[in-house]
Amino acid sequence: MRECGREVPPRSACMVKKTYEEINEKIAKGEAVVVTAEEVARMGEELTPEDIARKVDVVTTATFGAMCSSGCFINFGHPDPGIRMESITLNEVPIFGGLAAVDAYIGVTEVSPANPRYGGAHLIEALVRGETLTLEAHGKGTDCYPRRTAHAEVSKETANEIIMVNPRNAYQNYPAATNSSGRIMYTYMGTLLPKLGNVTYSTSGELSPLLNDPELRTIGVGTRVFLAGAQGFVNWNGTQFNTQKPKNEFGLPLSNARTLMLSANLKEMDPAYLRAAYFERYGVSIFLGVGIPIPVLDEDVARSVSISNRQIETTVCDYSQEGHPGIAKVSYEELRSGAVALNGRKVRTAPLSSLAKAREIAALLKHQVASGSFAIAKPVQPLPAQASVHGLKLTGGLI
Amino acid sequence: MKEKYVLEYSEDVVDEPIVYSLVKHFDVMVNILRAEISPGHEGSMLIEIESTPERLAQAEAFLREREVRIIPIAQSLGFKEAGCVDCGACTAVCFSGCLTIAAPDWKLHVDREKCTACGLCVPACPLGLFALKFGN
Repeated sequence: MRECGREVPPRSACMVKKTYEEINEKIAKGEAVVVTAEEVARMGEELTPEDIARKVDVVTTATFGAMCSSGCFINFGHPDPGIRMESITLNEVPIFGGLAAVDAYIGVTEVSPANPRYGGAHLIEALVRGETLTLEAHGKGTDCYPRRTAHAEVSKETANEIIMVNPRNAYQNYPAATNSSGRIMYTYMGTLLPKLGNVTYSTSGELSPLLNDPELRTIGVGTRVFLAGAQGFVNWNGTQFNTQKPKNEFGLPLSNARTLMLSANLKEMDPAYLRAAYFERYGVSIFLGVGIPIPVLDEDVARSVSISNRQIETTVCDYSQEGHPGIAKVSYEELRSGAVALNGRKVRTAPLSSLAKAREIAALLKHQVASGSFAIAKPVQPLPAQASVHGLKLTGGLI
Repeated sequence: MKEKYVLEYSEDVVDEPIVYSLVKHFDVMVNILRAEISPGHEGSMLIEIESTPERLAQAEAFLREREVRIIPIAQSLGFKEAGCVDCGACTAVCFSGCLTIAAPDWKLHVDREKCTACGLCVPACPLGLFALKFGN
């Protein structure tokens, strides 16, 4: 283990420094110390960041929550004679065909017109499970692709590629939700009971990937990630990536900030780590398991991964008011206690993402990293240091 | 002893004062937790009933004789447990304490005896794992 120079270091100078190569060498020798983000949070109650940086090489983080902005590219293969597929359905769910002849994109929230509770997420889950789907495709017929209709049974065996590419996953600290109105609300944050009847929250707190590396020092383009059981990569920042959100005293954003665009091979996914979902009166989404190993390069990373639910706070937003304004700030320790105080009243809380599954993924990833089957990848490019999000300016009249 | 049942009335007996008869003739304590009863239609009622085992047995026999179906509350809530991912969304709406998720394991715990057949868990589950036998 190398150390920084000893000459009167400024406050943030690091006594411990490890490179990606050194950590991967330790992993190769079977000597790396890998712990989960929950385990290191407990260590952080006793040890200094310097101690942790010396002891721990990799920390595994995870979440298992609904991530609507997800989907898969699929290439069906060409029939003979060929077709330029323009209007495409799988099990009567429309999929996007505005690509080359037999390429398409299955968006998780697209639904079957005949059954709005069944959609793209169900197709993706079925493909992972090895099930067969019915393809119906139409094209206008061209000189190079004369066929006009195609009907086939397709599965992950018959498709050339099925690549999951998700524009926005693993939100850094999603706000909690409540409802001050007099009526029950059915939302993507679950069932919100009237008159501040409950609070729901979806981030896995101290186990959550982007809360353990708030400035994304170790997570960038090319970071290897666990995505629904497969090894995938961060291919870009996610959409609505925002570095401008207010932070608390521990440097953690107080609401939804950074996001990741992730991809992986669907054919390598495990049905235990993804699940199609239907949120009442909202629509179809998908529960995805995402895990990210964080290499403990120095004390600063050690400090970031040691944060606990007590230190992570989020905003409680009122979904019954326009723009979902924040009405309170609460810690994940409070959310996990089962009740938070709102307007002087105790309001029950409920999670929407599975902590049990997130723990399972963090533990599995810990085993995979320690055993050398999941190498730590050094990012080839950092994600934006400055980025903000703006709304959509509408043209035309009101409403 | 205390029992919690969903009573299902056929349209023939829905006009009869069944609860009055239970209290008057069998000396049992009846607490109505939920009821959907309209004259001329089938009805459902969730009751908690408390008395000695003998009197409870007599009350149950009376209900059966009147062709009221008795469904222990534990059987009225259907839950496909194998599909559960322990997300906890159902616990947001369950006020009876039937569905809970908490430290240390953060797995969903189902105590069917506490169910009050409110039905809110049915649409709240993103995986559609709950079904409730109560009225329609």
